[in-house]
Amino acid sequence: MAETTGNGKVVRIEVLRYRPEQDEEPFLQGYDVPFTDDMSVLQGLQYIKDWLDGTLSFRWSCRMAICGSCGMMIDGEPRLACKTFLRDFPAGTVRVEALAHFPIERDLVIRMDDFLAKLERIKPYIIPKEARTLAQGEYLQTPAELDVYEQFSSCINCLLCYAACPQYGLNPEFVGPGIMALLHRYNADSRDGAAAERMEIAGSEAGVFNCTAVGYCSEVCPKHVDPANAVNQNKTRAAGDYFLRFITPKGGAR
Amino acid sequence: MDAWKADVAIVGAGGAGLRAAIAAAESDPSLKIALVSKVYPMRSHTVAAEGGSAGVVQAHDSLEHHFHDTVAGGDWLCEQDVVEDFVARCTEEMVQLEHWGCPWSRKEDGHINVRAFGGMKIERTWFAADKTGFHMLHTLFQTSIKYPSIRRFDEHFCLDLIVEDGRVQGVVVVDIASRRFTLIQANAVILATGGAGRVFRENTNGGIVTGDGMALAYRHGVPLRDMEFVQYHPTCMPGTGLLFTEACRGEGGFLLNRDGYRYLQDYGLGPAEPTPRNKAMELGPRDRLSQAFWYEQQKGRTIDGPHGPVVHLDLRHLGEAKLRERLPQIYELAEEFLGVDPAKTPIPVRPAVHYTMGGILVDGRCAAPLPGLYAAGECSSVGIHGANRLGSNSLAELCVFGKTAGAEAAAFAKSVAHGPADVLLKQAAASQQRALELVTNASGTERIATLRKEMAQSMEDGCGIYREARSMQATCDKLAELRERYRRVRVEDTSSVWNTDWLLAIELGYQLEVAQAMAWSALERRESRGAHQRLDGFGERDDANFLRHSLAYHAGADAPRIGYGDVKITGSPPGTRAYGAAGERAEQERAALPGRTGEANRG
Repeated sequence: MAETTGNGKVVRIEVLRYRPEQDEEPFLQGYDVPFTDDMSVLQGLQYIKDWLDGTLSFRWSCRMAICGSCGMMIDGEPRLACKTFLRDFPAGTVRVEALAHFPIERDLVIRMDDFLAKLERIKPYIIPKEARTLAQGEYLQTPAELDVYEQFSSCINCLLCYAACPQYGLNPEFVGPGIMALLHRYNADSRDGAAAERMEIAGSEAGVFNCTAVGYCSEVCPKHVDPANAVNQNKTRAAGDYFLRFITPKGGAR
Repeated sequence: MDAWKADVAIVGAGGAGLRAAIAAAESDPSLKIALVSKVYPMRSHTVAAEGGSAGVVQAHDSLEHHFHDTVAGGDWLCEQDVVEDFVARCTEEMVQLEHWGCPWSRKEDGHINVRAFGGMKIERTWFAADKTGFHMLHTLFQTSIKYPSIRRFDEHFCLDLIVEDGRVQGVVVVDIASRRFTLIQANAVILATGGAGRVFRENTNGGIVTGDGMALAYRHGVPLRDMEFVQYHPTCMPGTGLLFTEACRGEGGFLLNRDGYRYLQDYGLGPAEPTPRNKAMELGPRDRLSQAFWYEQQKGRTIDGPHGPVVHLDLRHLGEAKLRERLPQIYELAEEFLGVDPAKTPIPVRPAVHYTMGGILVDGRCAAPLPGLYAAGECSSVGIHGANRLGSNSLAELCVFGKTAGAEAAAFAKSVAHGPADVLLKQAAASQQRALELVTNASGTERIATLRKEMAQSMEDGCGIYREARSMQATCDKLAELRERYRRVRVEDTSSVWNTDWLLAIELGYQLEVAQAMAWSALERRESRGAHQRLDGFGERDDANFLRHSLAYHAGADAPRIGYGDVKITGSPPGTRAYGAAGERAEQERAALPGRTGEANRG
């Protein structure tokens, strides 16, 4: 029957279940899973799905912390299931729930269309400062110029920072840390010339001033993107823009 | 059943699908483009590609070099006219990505940097640290948002192609969140669904890499070409199969056996030198390196680990600073998943299945023999990889042929009129019914995971790095048995919201048929070439009989019928495939041949 795994060690994985067609509200369901020290929480969930309960639903794909699919609350913290290891729960129990602050679609699957809609709004593409044909070759960009935005381009859209952000929890209109990092990624790119358009979003009611500088978003980021830093840089800039608009004819955005 | 009328429908939104969507949108902004993906586009497996993407840029490099590396690397089973077109267009596509914002790694002067890669004579691999696929995918996805004519169907699963009046006229998809079915009527359909590596046990692939598009085309009579050629990547994490990029070796990493010896020098790849030399030692092609591992294992010179024998990928001499700059993701994978600091300790690695060289038969314009059907990327066989793909050619392929597929499909879509919707809807309803039968079949007894596990083990046993008729036949028999048992597959989950149990069952159906195409194509190829190596008396390449593409045709519940097609040779007649010092000698001899062809038009 079930595949043999492990060396006699068993972890109890408690999963927050919710199937909208049959469950009034979410509830915890426990599964005993044999494991080895190199097994991730994701592999534990796969074991459940394969051998114990085929009705458990969760997103996953790459298994190596780059596709961003398997974000979930693990013992109350937003984490990627693929790079959280079962060996790190010495009490022998681990609780797994859908990411905080998002509607649950089913079990560990959350609705993420809010994030996509916000991503689409910030114009997440290069709007060139100067036109260049392909025949002219690449834009020149020094390693130092690359360094200014590279970390912000490393966002894998896993949404852990949204689950960590208390302000997003209170006000889902807030564009939130991940999108701010991506907005900053394009604004800080030496090839781009559309910072002014994007700063309208950054400085808007849904923008950076919602952030209360808790910094938990950067702590949970699995890719060291440091969205809090992006938010901060844009607070300074948005504040500058705000005051400049009174003294310059076209407003302060550059 | 909902209906949505598009001009072009694209299934799969990884690198190839996104590039195709953008090309179609740019070719005519009035066209309606449906972009279907069973995940959100940025989850597509392009995201996991690490090392880089090929494109000739250096003054001492040439398209002719890239052409020859690719054709010889493919053991001459490439469509050479298509390779010529490919190498000529790679660089422009890389520049295009640069203009779209891809954060390519740079030289001090601001120009893009390139690194060495296996089987490539000159450094021509563009890279974004060791997250090249991630950056390419996100760049393409975010850029695609610019185009209002691209309508995304995120987290929609493709169940069938609609073929009517001798041509493809759409696809049937289901919304994973709600189980609502939609007929997307389209005059051209592009399949860009990626490979099928998950049919093997130990592999580098994400869970979504289940050969969906291959199976869909195959079921509708389109042959799958060269499916026996499955690439084992030589440096993968034991147990999970996760990838440690070839760029580890491009940057100067060594492969060591249990004695700390750079064993590749014993397999025609030497001499061993302290710094990387292109097309030698650790920068040999993947098939040769994986085969060398197999021999080391036979000789008892590998190291025993908890997930089987391993060798060591030694990066220590590169130093922490360089590793953090050039290979940051590799550093973290080693630390977090293995508890190994690669600046201090060698990384245990072993080969795992990585890439499907074969795929849906298409011509150089990405057109399948079924009118209206196009394919690009790993799901397709456009003919550039032959019997063994060179690292960094596949990311370039996504762009070059994604663009071709998008433009060609758009042109075709404009040349025909939409067929009568009622006829297509009737077909779509039948597809929906067949898919739902899996859920309603309450008498099912066979567990999905059991069937999948037996399939994956059997593929590894029969179609691994070295093969012989007896074990391949056993795999063919096993797959027939599994297909029979699959008729009784049990889907536990009957709900309509996010029923992944049901989707896994459908994917397993795709996988079993694609696996059959692989195993039967392998059994019938009685020679050794590239990634297909036999131990049972067919150990040599046999150009007289097998310088031919295999073509697997679907035959209902039976095993596939295997046919063959010609290989297009333009500038490079089949020669000796050699690397290291022997390779350099062979190249000098080739250069000295009178009447050497294929130079002028690729200079």
